[in-house]
Amino acid sequence: MSAHAAVTTHDAATGGIVTESGFRSTRLPDVKLLMWVFLASDCMFFGSLIGTYLAYHNRSLTGPFPVDVLDIPLTTVSTFVLLMSSFLMVLALHALRNDDIPKFRLWTLGVAVFGSIFLGFQVYEFVHFVNAGLSIHQNLFGTTFFILTGTHGIHVTVGVLWLLSILVASYRRPTSSKDAVYLEIAGLYWHFVDIVWIVIFTVVYLVEFV
Amino acid sequence: MATTTHADHKVASQLLRRPTWRNGIGSWLTTVDHKRLGILYILTSFTFMGAASIEAFIMRLQLMRPGQQLVSPDTFNQLFTMHGVTMVFLAIMPLAIGFANYFVPLQIGARDLAFPRLNSFGYWVYAMGGLMIYTSFFLGGAPDVGWVAYAPLTSLSANPGLGVDFYMFGLFISGIGTTATAMNLIVTIVNMRAPGMTFMRMPVFVWMMLVTSFMIIFAFPPLTIALLQVILDRTFGTLFYVPAMGALPILWQHLFWIFGHPEVYIIILPAFGMISEMIPTFARKPLFGYPVMVLASILIAFMGFAVWTHHMFTTGLGPVVNTAFSLTSFIIGIPTGVKIFNWLGTLWGGSIRFTVSTLYCIAFLITFTLGGITGIMVAMPTFDAQAHDTYFVVAHFHYVMGGGALLTFLGALYYWFPKMTGKMLNEAVGKWAFAFVAVGFHMIFFPQHIAGLLGMPRRIQTYPAGIGLEVWNFMSTFGTFIMAVGLVLVFGSVIYGLRKGRPAGNDPWDARTLEWATTSPPPYYNFDTQPVVNSIDAFWADKYPESLHVERVDPAEGRKYEGSHGIHVPGQSWYPILASSAIIVGSYGLMYDNWILAIVSGFFFIFTIFGWAFEGVGGHHVHPEVEGHGA
Amino acid sequence: MPIRWMWRALPVALITLLLSGCSLDGPQSTFSPAGPVAAEQLDLFMWTWYLSIPVMLLVGGVLVYVIVRYRRRRNDDTIPGQTHGNVLLEIAWTTIPVIIVILVAVPTVRSIFRLQSFVEAGDSDVVVNVTGHQWWWAFEYPQHGFTTANDMHVPVGAKIILHLDSADVLHAFWAPRLGGKVDLIPNQDNQLWLQADEEGVFYGQCAELCLGAHAYMRFRIVVQSQDEYESWVASFQAPEVQLVSSDPLVSQGRQLVASKGCIGCHTIDNYAEGVTVGQPNFPNLTNFGLRTSVGAGVLDATLDNVTAWIADPQSVKPGNRMPTLWTENDPNRDAEARAIAAYLLSLGATDTAADGGGHAAGLIADASTTPNVDGTARVGTAAGGN
Repeated sequence: MSAHAAVTTHDAATGGIVTESGFRSTRLPDVKLLMWVFLASDCMFFGSLIGTYLAYHNRSLTGPFPVDVLDIPLTTVSTFVLLMSSFLMVLALHALRNDDIPKFRLWTLGVAVFGSIFLGFQVYEFVHFVNAGLSIHQNLFGTTFFILTGTHGIHVTVGVLWLLSILVASYRRPTSSKDAVYLEIAGLYWHFVDIVWIVIFTVVYLVEFV
Repeated sequence: MATTTHADHKVASQLLRRPTWRNGIGSWLTTVDHKRLGILYILTSFTFMGAASIEAFIMRLQLMRPGQQLVSPDTFNQLFTMHGVTMVFLAIMPLAIGFANYFVPLQIGARDLAFPRLNSFGYWVYAMGGLMIYTSFFLGGAPDVGWVAYAPLTSLSANPGLGVDFYMFGLFISGIGTTATAMNLIVTIVNMRAPGMTFMRMPVFVWMMLVTSFMIIFAFPPLTIALLQVILDRTFGTLFYVPAMGALPILWQHLFWIFGHPEVYIIILPAFGMISEMIPTFARKPLFGYPVMVLASILIAFMGFAVWTHHMFTTGLGPVVNTAFSLTSFIIGIPTGVKIFNWLGTLWGGSIRFTVSTLYCIAFLITFTLGGITGIMVAMPTFDAQAHDTYFVVAHFHYVMGGGALLTFLGALYYWFPKMTGKMLNEAVGKWAFAFVAVGFHMIFFPQHIAGLLGMPRRIQTYPAGIGLEVWNFMSTFGTFIMAVGLVLVFGSVIYGLRKGRPAGNDPWDARTLEWATTSPPPYYNFDTQPVVNSIDAFWADKYPESLHVERVDPAEGRKYEGSHGIHVPGQSWYPILASSAIIVGSYGLMYDNWILAIVSGFFFIFTIFGWAFEGVGGHHVHPEVEGHGA
Repeated sequence: MPIRWMWRALPVALITLLLSGCSLDGPQSTFSPAGPVAAEQLDLFMWTWYLSIPVMLLVGGVLVYVIVRYRRRRNDDTIPGQTHGNVLLEIAWTTIPVIIVILVAVPTVRSIFRLQSFVEAGDSDVVVNVTGHQWWWAFEYPQHGFTTANDMHVPVGAKIILHLDSADVLHAFWAPRLGGKVDLIPNQDNQLWLQADEEGVFYGQCAELCLGAHAYMRFRIVVQSQDEYESWVASFQAPEVQLVSSDPLVSQGRQLVASKGCIGCHTIDNYAEGVTVGQPNFPNLTNFGLRTSVGAGVLDATLDNVTAWIADPQSVKPGNRMPTLWTENDPNRDAEARAIAAYLLSLGATDTAADGGGHAAGLIADASTTPNVDGTARVGTAAGGN
């Protein structure tokens, strides 16, 4: 094993640096770039579902129609819960970056809990709609509504499970600010899911009552 | 070469240890090495291409004369559907990804892709998804709805058999793999270029793969959603494509073509990249107009998302929509034409060596230009009203896809085979094979332009006699025999070359890019020392720095950029192949309404994700001694 | 050996040779326009064809020059000048394609608005509502209040406005000699306008995959003089009902269309006075004797062909929905099928002879010398049928 000099060389041309995994041509961690690229793709994913919803808007042949079942006050509360969860996410990342592990664990748990509350509201709403006669094969509104919001709900569920995994892992292995990037990408994902919900809430719910 | 291997990473308790086999089938099933995965992609693609060729051959036999009943209409529908699905999704696109997998890291001076296990996952999901679609032939019939699968032909009422489900699930699954690999390539190309390799010093093939990967991540989601909608309609009774409940069949066409048009650029841009490697190598000149070529490709990628409705000119969208997309379709021809001229400019003033690869490049230039011309023709909605859904359009896309992509990939095979195997392919046999392939290709597809304009629609099992179609169909079928001879010769050449090819050495072509700077085949860690770069055509600059007016880079520079632990080689893993298997088994469960199987597979999939996430970094370090190796 | 590429010239040369001997005309050919729509579409094609010739010559010519002039001479290892590019050239060879695009785009856009704009039907226009079914065409004439199938009659020189809809999956209506195609999409009312400036029979075909017998889903447009068209229309507005016939075969056929269940599905207004038989979603067989083809454009409507169709529809048009009414070794099959065929061919014809009568015979003779779909020659003509 030869004795190399300290390798903090950076490359003037690309601005890259040497990292533990080898030379990198930018300062962006690989996983963070991957998450951004994934989210760009997910934009098209949700865009297609929202586009489908819009294409079929007002084309249902029979009811229940949106105005019959959508409950704005209720959904406003659940939206607020989801927005608050994003705020807690910011706190969690900040705590981890400052090596405040107890706070990081608390806020991460908080995000998961708030996310679960949001999901609880979704489940309640779905059950209520089904009881009102709206199912996925009742009419085009049922099909497009449930698949769009259901897909979003699955994304939220994945996020909750992810955050809980991070939380549990933090008890089983040493966790410090060095691992912040892994929480950061979970945070990016979570914020994205939140923003998608804002769009859905506007396009599906608010637009009906304007 | 001395290597020291440390099991020097602490790993959490794991259920499946990271394997360390270097040989044998286990090493291939768990490999994360981009070179091995590249070879797997290439072998699998050519196998699927063989299947697609047989499908085409049977079709052409059936169409040789009017009124034949060699195969029934139902079988014929399955043949052209599977031919299209196989060629687009399972043969041509993965072939490009395979070459990219192998050569992008080498060309940018990296040691692997950014996420090796994700790379493996992408391959297995593609291979298993493709195999799954082929099992449909034995499980009640392959899909028979055309490779575009227009609604409501795919509804349960119009198509109760399982064939359509195989299409939907199979493509859904393969698409996941393709998207994952594209993301991997983006991170690799952005983040793992050698010191000194700015974006404008990258090989053009790498640029093309970067642009293609962006197209993939934006184009595949609409397809995924469309497939999901049909799956939901057929499995759970949703109403996405049920006209009786008010649904719009044209929604499928929009979603499909928002994917579908970029898809053809996803196929051709890697080919453009390969041409841009081969022509400069064999003309001994740099690519003419490198910045223009890069810009043109980016423009093509953007505009590729703005032309999709030209596949729908006959669906009654009205003159304004048709005009808009006609204009965008004309405009996208401009950067493409500019590229042709730049390739000609590269040849001009060069010192051209006519290897087999060069011949394929020349064939590409002619064939793709012709395909581009007929493309301008069908971009006119009013003429397209005659040409759409006829053999004219079949001829057009075979000229650009077959002439553009297939001929190029055959050329790339001859170009890169020596690097991948250390052996040369026989050039004399290769030139004969080329002649058969090129002549056969034109004989198959040129007459189809005429047949289309004489009134022959596509996707028909037979055609009316006595309206003038006989001679063109006969000629077209005759051409398949000729092309088949060529392809068999290529196949035979590869087998022979693997066993008895002449040793290739590092750089048989006196080439320009970094993959030629290491051994043939490269060691599993690619380069002994991290390459450092200060010019386009980095390897050429190292061999002939005066010709490019640059200083040669001192090879010892690279050591400054190595970590002190030596070269890190990523570890193998079981989880990618296990995760893929879970997805496939779950899909069979859903298709056969076996909910237990589907749910159990789902849980197994989640288990593999956790295993993947927590199995630890793995791998080992290598310290190749400096004497006598690599650049 | 750089001359390998010249092998590619071989098929092109062969084709040119053949082209000189082969005609590009045909009853379904876009090269034989019979009306203004098809003519304008062909003009556009020819315009781009002419524009593309200099492009092909330029690219081909430069390629030939480069291959010859810059091929590496034996043992010549000199490195050529490493030119990176030339801005002026880039500008030039960007500008030229832009100019070509403009030259193509201008007539294109004009033609789009001329040929694909929505048209309000005028009084002298002929309106037909086309509904695509797997695997036949329903043609409804709303201006005259009747429906027929697979044969569309129109007067020469009139504008024909088609409304296109589908009863099941996607189809496309394409009669190349008259104009390009438009798709038939459920829940979407598409419009296509055509015009025929010559009399005759023009062939069409479904041009959107609809599974099954898609390859056999054809139709014919019969373009007639104004008088002939009007008498055709009249024969549908007041279909002639004949309960008995002097020809025993025809009478037997009439009995069989009831006993074999044909009128359970097919509407035949000639069958009885004041009684509607059949159902709307099946091919209307009223005035079948005026048809030029059977099975939706698959075979000419001769006695032998119609008999073959009725006896065993799957052998004529594999995958279609006509039931097979007899078992394969039923001794009565051929005779009964013939009787039904004779009856159908008598409907609307000016004479009730078993051979199908003068009107349709004339049209079939005009149509073409099309052999049957399986390549065999037509057995007998309408006029002299056996």
